Amino acid sequence: MKRKDILQVLAITAAVFVVLQALIAFQILNPYYELVIEYICVFIIYALGLNLIYGFTGQFSLGHAAFYGIGAYTAAMLTKFVLPDSWLSFPVALLTAGIAAGVVSFLIGVPILRLGSDYLGIATLGFGIIVKVMFDNADSVIPAMGGARGLAGVPRLTTFAWAFILMAAVVVAVRNLVYSSHGRALLAVREDEIAANTMGINPFRYKMLAFVTGGFLAGIAGGLYAHLYAFVHPSMFDFLKSIDVLMVVVLGGLGSMSGTIIASVGWIILLEGLRSVLPAEILDWRMVIYPVVLILMMLLRPKGLMGDVELSFLKPGRVEPSASAGASPSLGKGGEQSASIEA
Amino acid sequence: MVYFLQQVVNGLQLGFVYALIALGYTMVYGIVRLINFAHGDVFMVGAFVGFFAIAVLGWGLVPAVVLAMLLCTVLGVSIERIAYRPLRRAPKIAALITAIGVSLFLEYFTSLKFVFGPDYRSFPRPIEVVNFEIGGVLLSNIQIIIIGVSILLLIVLQYIVQRTKLGLAMRAVSFDHDTARLMGVDVDFTISATFALGSMLAGAGGVLYAIAYPQINPFMGILPGLKAFVAAVLGGIGIIPGALLGALIMGQAETLTSGYVSTTLRDAVAFAILIIVLMVRPSGLLGKRGTEKV
Amino acid sequence: MKRLFVFWLLIAGVMATILPACGQLGGSSNLKLGFVGPMTGDVKTFGESTKNGFDLAVSEWQAKGVKIDTVYADDKNDPTESSNAVTKLINQDKVNIIIGSVSSKCTIPDAAIANSSKVVLISPTSTNPKVTVGDDGKVIDYAFRACFIDPFQGTVMAKFAHDNLKAKTAAVLYDNSNDYTKGLAQFFKDSFTKLGGEVSVFESYGKDDTDFSAVLTKVAAANPDFLFIPDYYNKVNLIAKQAREKGVKAIMGGGDGWDSSDLDTTATEGGYFSNHYSPQDTRPEVVEWVKKYKAKYGSEPDALATLAYDATNLAITAAQEAKSNDPTKIKDALAAIKDFKGVSGNLTFDQNHNPVKSAAIIQIKNGKQQFVTTVNP
Repeated sequence: MKRKDILQVLAITAAVFVVLQALIAFQILNPYYELVIEYICVFIIYALGLNLIYGFTGQFSLGHAAFYGIGAYTAAMLTKFVLPDSWLSFPVALLTAGIAAGVVSFLIGVPILRLGSDYLGIATLGFGIIVKVMFDNADSVIPAMGGARGLAGVPRLTTFAWAFILMAAVVVAVRNLVYSSHGRALLAVREDEIAANTMGINPFRYKMLAFVTGGFLAGIAGGLYAHLYAFVHPSMFDFLKSIDVLMVVVLGGLGSMSGTIIASVGWIILLEGLRSVLPAEILDWRMVIYPVVLILMMLLRPKGLMGDVELSFLKPGRVEPSASAGASPSLGKGGEQSASIEA
Repeated sequence: MVYFLQQVVNGLQLGFVYALIALGYTMVYGIVRLINFAHGDVFMVGAFVGFFAIAVLGWGLVPAVVLAMLLCTVLGVSIERIAYRPLRRAPKIAALITAIGVSLFLEYFTSLKFVFGPDYRSFPRPIEVVNFEIGGVLLSNIQIIIIGVSILLLIVLQYIVQRTKLGLAMRAVSFDHDTARLMGVDVDFTISATFALGSMLAGAGGVLYAIAYPQINPFMGILPGLKAFVAAVLGGIGIIPGALLGALIMGQAETLTSGYVSTTLRDAVAFAILIIVLMVRPSGLLGKRGTEKV
Repeated sequence: MKRLFVFWLLIAGVMATILPACGQLGGSSNLKLGFVGPMTGDVKTFGESTKNGFDLAVSEWQAKGVKIDTVYADDKNDPTESSNAVTKLINQDKVNIIIGSVSSKCTIPDAAIANSSKVVLISPTSTNPKVTVGDDGKVIDYAFRACFIDPFQGTVMAKFAHDNLKAKTAAVLYDNSNDYTKGLAQFFKDSFTKLGGEVSVFESYGKDDTDFSAVLTKVAAANPDFLFIPDYYNKVNLIAKQAREKGVKAIMGGGDGWDSSDLDTTATEGGYFSNHYSPQDTRPEVVEWVKKYKAKYGSEPDALATLAYDATNLAITAAQEAKSNDPTKIKDALAAIKDFKGVSGNLTFDQNHNPVKSAAIIQIKNGKQQFVTTVNP
C-alpha cells in the first residue's frame, strides 16, 4: 500500500480507538456495551484464525473451539497460579497460550492434514470432542483446572485497550500474510492442490502453516476470552461452539477478512440484540430465529455476505504507477477479472 | 467370560441402533456428498411420532413404527426440497451450513411449548421387557427386536440398492450426476428417493431407540447422530454394509471401553479410533481407494 | 479512505440501533428484580420452573402493594451467555437484585460480576460451594443461595445409606460434565468411605448418554448394597430402568435432582433421596404453596420452583427490612436473616451465605413419594 494510505488507515483506526476508549472510560458506554465490544474484538481474532484455515486454505476444520479452549485454560492457569502480579504477566500468558495452541495444532496437524476435505472435518470434529472430554476430566489430573466445576477467579485482565489493539494487530498481521506470496500459496492450495504442487508449492507445508497460525490465533483469543469472563468451563468449548465460529466465517464469506469481521460483529449483535428486543414470553424464539436467519442467508447468498470480496482499505494498492487507479487485484475465486498488466 | 459376553451383547444393541441412523447418513453422503446434520433430528422426530402413536393414540409397536417411518419420510423429503436442492450447485459448504441450520431449527422449534416442549418424556413401552438368560448372559426381547428389525431393514435396503431400477439409479447418480442425467435418470427424483429411504430408516430407528432407552427430548438426536456419522465414516462413507460394520465397531468400542477401562473415556476412545482409522485407511474400512483424477 | 469511514460507520450504526433497543433507563424508584436462567436450551424445564416460582412470589408481593419491576434474561445454560445477560441486567436494566442462575457453571461467573458491581445475587438452585465463596476462601459479599451445597447432600445420603440402610458397599454413577452430580458423588464417596463403607464402583457417564448397559453390567457384577445416582430425574429414570433390567439388586438413592413428578416411580421403587422439602410435608407453608402453584400453573411445584419462590421472597423481604432498594443495604439485611420460614424449610444464612436448614429423606414406596425422616446438618 502506498504510504499515504497506510497512514490514513492507521489514523482512522487510532481515532476510533480513542473515541471508544473515552466513551468507555467516562461510562457513557456502560460495562454491558464494553463487554459486548470486547467480546467482539476477541471473537474477530478467533474467527480470523479459522478463516485463514478454511477460507483461505480450504481446510475444513470443525474443531477450532478446541484450540480456543487450550488457549483459555493455559492463559488462565498461568495468570492465576504461576505468573507474578505484574503488567507483563498478561501478555506473557497470552503469548504462551497462543504457542500452546499452536503446538497442539502442529501435533494434530501432522497426521490429520493429509486427509481430504470432508474427512478432515470429521477428524477435527473428533479431535474437538476428545479435547472437550479431557477438559471435563482435567481435574482428575490437575485439580486446579476444575473440570466440570469450571475454573473461576481468573483475573479480569482483558480491557478494551488490550482487546482492540490485539485485534487490530492481528488484522494487520493476517492481511499481510494473505497478501504475501505465502498467502497466494495458500489460495493455490485451496483452489487446486495438485496444480499447486506442480507449481512447486508444497501443499502440506502450507496447510500446516495455515493450521498452526489459525490455532495460534485461536489460542490468543482464548486467553483474552478467559480473562474477559473471568471463568473457564469446558462447555464453552464444545462441538456447538466450533460450529458457531465456522458459521460466522462462512456467513462472512470465505476468503474475505472484512467479511469475517463484519459477520462477527453482526452475529454477536444479532444474538445480544435479540435478547433485548424480544419480550419475555417469546424469549425462546431467539434460538429459532437464529437458525432461520442462517438458512435464509445460505439460500439467498451462499457465498456469504462478502463473498470473496475484500474492502479496499485492506487490499494492497497496485505496484505499477498506472492510470487505472483503484483497480486492485482481488483474491476472488478465479473469476472474470484478473490483474491486467498495463502497457 | 460371562461378563465379557454380556458387554458384547450390550455393544451389539448399541451398534445396531447406530446402524439404523448411520445408513441414512451414508446413503445421502454417497449421492449428494452432503453430511446431513439434520439427520439426527429426523431420528428425534421419529421418536416423538412414535411417542404420540403409542401414548396418545394407543397404537401398538408396528403401527407406531410405520407411522414414524411415513412422517419422517415426508419430513426428510421436504427438507431436501426446501433447504438442500436450491443449493446443489452452490459451494458444498453452503449446503453444510444449511444442514446445521435445519438441525438447530428442528431442535429449538420442537422444544417450543406448543410443539413438543422441552421436557424429557418417558417413552411408554408397548411391550413388556422379557429377559432371557443364556449361559448367564442376559438378553432382552427388546434387544432381539432391535437387532432383528435392523437386520431386516438392512437386507431390504441392500435389495433395493442392488436389485431394483431405483437402486441402479441411485448408484448411477452417486457416481456422476450429469452422466446419469444423460442416461435418462431423473436425478431430482432419485435424490429425493434417497432422502426418503434414509429418513424412513431414521424414523424407524427413532422409535426403536426410544423403546430401548425410554426417554425422549428434542435434543436427543445430537449425540447418536454424531456417533452414527462417525460409524458411517469408519466403515466407508457411501458404502451401505460399511455403515453397518462401522456402527457395530463403534458399539463394541464404546461398551468394551466402559466395561473394562472407564466410562469417562468412552467417547474419547470412540473418536480416537476414528482418527486412527482415518489416518491409516482414509476411505474407511470397506472403502475403495479412490483414484484422484487430475 | 471513504470506504473505511463507511465501514466503521456501518458498524457503529448497527450497534447503535440494536443494542439500546430495550434499555429501560433506570431511575424509577421501584424495586427492580432481574431473573436470569436457562429459558432455552437443554435444561429449559429448569428455567421454566424457577421462573414460575419467581413470578408467583413477585405477584404476591405486588398484590400486597409493593412496587416491583421485573426483567428476564435467558442464558441458555451457557456461562458466556449468562455473564452477558447479567452484565446487561446490571448495566442496562439497572436491577437491584438478581435471582439466578440455575446451573453453578453459570452462577459462578454471574456472582463474581454481581459482586464487583455491588448488586445482590441469590441463586435458587446452584449448589457448588464456589458460588458464594471465592478461591481465597473468603465469602463473596453480594452472593447468596437458597439451597444446600453439594458437600451437605452427599454427606447426608452417605450417612443415611450407612447408618439407616446398613449398606456396606456402594456404587456411584455420575455425569462427568455436570458439577452438581460430580460434587454430590465425590462427597458421598468421601463420607461413605470415612464411615467405613466401600465404594466398589465409581463411574461417570456423559451428559447426553442414554445407553448405560455397559456400566450397569459392571455394577451388577460388583453387586453393591447401595447404588447412588445423584443426577436429575430424567437421567435417573433411564439409569434406574436399565439397572433393574441388567440385574442390579441394590437399593437406589440420590439427591434433590430426583424430585419431580416425572420421576419413574416404578423403576426407582424402594429408593431414597434427599430433598429440601417434601410435598407431603404437612407444614402449612408447604400445603399452601402446593395449592397456590397448582392453581396458577396446573401442576405440582418441583424443588426448583420452590427454591426460586423462597429465594425471591428472601430477596424482597430483605429489601423491605432494609427499607431501601440499595443493594448494599439489602445484602446486609439478607446476611442477617434468621429463621426465615421458607417453603423449603427454616432458613438461616451461615457466614458463607449458605442456608442452614435440614434435609428431608424421601422414599419411593408403592409408586409414591413418602417422607421418611429429617436429617439435620
